[in-house]
Amino acid sequence: MNILGKLSWSAIPISEPEDLIASGLMILAAVGVLAWVTAKGRWPYLWQEWLTSVDHKRIGVMYCVLALLMLLRGFTDAIMMRTQQALAAGGAQGYLPPQHYDQIFSAHGTIMIFFMAMPFIIGLMNFAVPLQLGIRDVAFPTLNSVSLGLTASGILLTNVSLVIGEFAKTGWVAYPPLSELRFSPGVGVDYYLWALQISGVGTLLTGINFVTTILKMRAPGMSYMRMPVFCWTALATNLLIVAAFPVLTATFAMLLLDRYLGFHFFTNSGQGNPMMYVNLFWAWGHPEVYILILPAFGIFSEVFATFSGKPLFGYRSMVAATMAICIFSFLVWLHHFFTMGAGADVNGFFGVMTMIIAVPTGVKIFNWLFTMFGGRVRFTVPILWSLGFMVTFVIGGMTGVLLAVPPADFQLHNSLFLVAHFHNVLIGGLFFGVMAGYNYWFPKAFGFTLSERWGKAAFWCWLIGFYVAFMPLYALGLMGMTRRLQHYDNASWQPLLIVAAAGAIIVLCGIICQIVQLVVSIRDREQHRDRTGDPWDGRTLEWATPSPPPTWNFPVLPRVEGKDAFWIQKQHAGGSGAERGEPLRYEPIEMPKNSATGFVTAFFAVVTGFALIWHIWWMALLGVLGAFVTILAFAWRERAEIEIPAAVLERGDRAYRAGLNR
Amino acid sequence: MSVAAIFDESGHPLQDTAGDGPAPKAIVVAYGFWIFLLSDIVMFSAIFATYAVLAHATAGGPSGAQLFNRTRVLVETGCLLLSSYTCGLMSLGVEARHRVATYCAALITFVLGAAFLSVEISEFAGMVARGATPERSAFLSAFFTLVGCHGLHVSFGLIWLVVMMAQVVTKGFREAVVRRLFCFSLFWHALDIIWVGIFTVVYLIGTRS
Repeated sequence: MNILGKLSWSAIPISEPEDLIASGLMILAAVGVLAWVTAKGRWPYLWQEWLTSVDHKRIGVMYCVLALLMLLRGFTDAIMMRTQQALAAGGAQGYLPPQHYDQIFSAHGTIMIFFMAMPFIIGLMNFAVPLQLGIRDVAFPTLNSVSLGLTASGILLTNVSLVIGEFAKTGWVAYPPLSELRFSPGVGVDYYLWALQISGVGTLLTGINFVTTILKMRAPGMSYMRMPVFCWTALATNLLIVAAFPVLTATFAMLLLDRYLGFHFFTNSGQGNPMMYVNLFWAWGHPEVYILILPAFGIFSEVFATFSGKPLFGYRSMVAATMAICIFSFLVWLHHFFTMGAGADVNGFFGVMTMIIAVPTGVKIFNWLFTMFGGRVRFTVPILWSLGFMVTFVIGGMTGVLLAVPPADFQLHNSLFLVAHFHNVLIGGLFFGVMAGYNYWFPKAFGFTLSERWGKAAFWCWLIGFYVAFMPLYALGLMGMTRRLQHYDNASWQPLLIVAAAGAIIVLCGIICQIVQLVVSIRDREQHRDRTGDPWDGRTLEWATPSPPPTWNFPVLPRVEGKDAFWIQKQHAGGSGAERGEPLRYEPIEMPKNSATGFVTAFFAVVTGFALIWHIWWMALLGVLGAFVTILAFAWRERAEIEIPAAVLERGDRAYRAGLNR
Repeated sequence: MSVAAIFDESGHPLQDTAGDGPAPKAIVVAYGFWIFLLSDIVMFSAIFATYAVLAHATAGGPSGAQLFNRTRVLVETGCLLLSSYTCGLMSLGVEARHRVATYCAALITFVLGAAFLSVEISEFAGMVARGATPERSAFLSAFFTLVGCHGLHVSFGLIWLVVMMAQVVTKGFREAVVRRLFCFSLFWHALDIIWVGIFTVVYLIGTRS
């Protein structure tokens, strides 16, 4: 038996030039970054201030950085697919061979959902929720850093598949029997499964952490009906994570047992049942859709209220709509496979339930409209993304209601109409949301605002690019084009696919604008410095702290008097910062100590995952043992907290308040 | 259940202070662990649902009625339920900060848990010897996964128990250790609840004539 399992030199894709170039560039970039850090002597800073940090703000920023990097990776896949389909008409084969094209669309979906969208919303929740709740950290800070580490491990494994071996060719849903060993004998599906199992555990731990934080750790006086809507949507999302992710874990575990130990859950032989995978997958997958979109709704609620200078219209109905969506999301999973043949009554039920979800969503749209109505709207970058969302998301929602009609779905199932629909809601809803949140909270995280000019350019490129790229796909779907085609015979599809490719190029311009925005803003940071901690005239408690906030967020926990807690404080103080509730006395506080647990756990998770993918059993055992020892070391550490003396708190707070008066 | 976790050092009850600032650590930790247990039960419910779908998918192989032995399962169940009782006694020992009582109750809990596991392993081994392996049919795949997953949880619980006793030996009954012991007992009782489900769905319904 080979000591390295299935691993050999043939795992390096020397015969595939695109693969080799991509892996070469990635390795070069990684080595470049590491060399730069070493040359600048920044390792101690990186280690002490970031990698071992258990500060929710730092962890949130690191999640967002991962998400932005994966946006680039996922978008590279997207533009390759669009150009391939623009070329490969009639007899042409394009430039991507089928086995490569199949990996690209599988990696694109997996990366965008699990490693772009999820880290981005989790990052923004990490950053903003404790600040908005008026507390100093999440319930379990070290566990939070473990969550980040496990997510990063999944991301690393997925990207390693580019260099060593291959990725799944099964689509991002990996349906059996195609994903079973018999039809996918390579390591691609194993990369997919182990990467998602590991990052899934991280996500579940995040869910537990935030449910506990929001329900048990709010500032004095912050009753449920005084929580900012973003916190409500974060609560709903994390409840969904706790209720849905274990189903995904169980489902993937069954597929792994099929692949590794010859079980018969989803195989064609032994009376296995492939449709059961599809059911279980979407019992997680549909709640997942709302796990992603609800925090985006929360961000829009904050942005509309702040930049309209008005309290959110219909706060209670917003909360009710959020929680209604939270429950309904578990009652619609079958609409992903009406063609299974469950019968008219079952399909009818799920069709109707799907349409009903549009009702609470409609409530939200009207609430945002009425929030702006009569307000003095400031057209900053965050609100542009929010307005773009409103128009785009309504279109995507309505095509969703069309797909909810089972007879229509039988025609449109697996067509580009479906692809256009879910990109319409994911880009127009989730992505515009995280971009609004990124521009909105960036000054809070780093102490300076992002360039408005480049931000607006990025927004318009994205908005126009989105419509040019995806509206043709609706038409193509109605013309009968199915998804995931490496090449096609019907030449009449080509013009629209060329338009779609042009749309992808416009989106690329948007991404370039975003990179320029970041670079220009960092260069000109002194001109855009936020000295008040409240650059947008905000309403919620995160703006009651300096930008960036100190590790402890609040030297004295704020006392919350009502909704829009910070707005009320400002009203009482007549707008002057120094008078808003100067604390009478400062008391020493305890903050959690930095911990390498998250980083070390992530290291062993990568070792274990890699070993299991390649059947290197001894290494897998070592990885598990290492993780176990790490947990023991954590359990035996002597001090979990450090004390921050009152004098330090007072000095920092007085400096901040003095700055406000200037 | 440890009463200690809901009282502070001087015996005052720790109120749920949701409207009045962050709750004390003992409440936050126990609450978080409850949420974890709920998520674990969701995972089991997915496996239960799968088992229910595949219970008759025997592919011409042996069925539950031919394989299961009710008496043996009854012994198994007795061990596990009794171990929950002794786990409760351990919590009383922890609450009284009584080391010897804690060690004794933990030892009995461990022995009963290990007995449960050995009966389960012998059942599995017997089935494999008769050719009733998980590769035989979808029903057997689901059976081994559902019962085996519970067995893995019990094994993990035993390791955790040993670690906790080592913690009591080296660190004594300090706050963090008591909190973890409380979480352990929650975990151990939750495994009982899942076992009751397995006993009913797999063994009772499976051997119905």
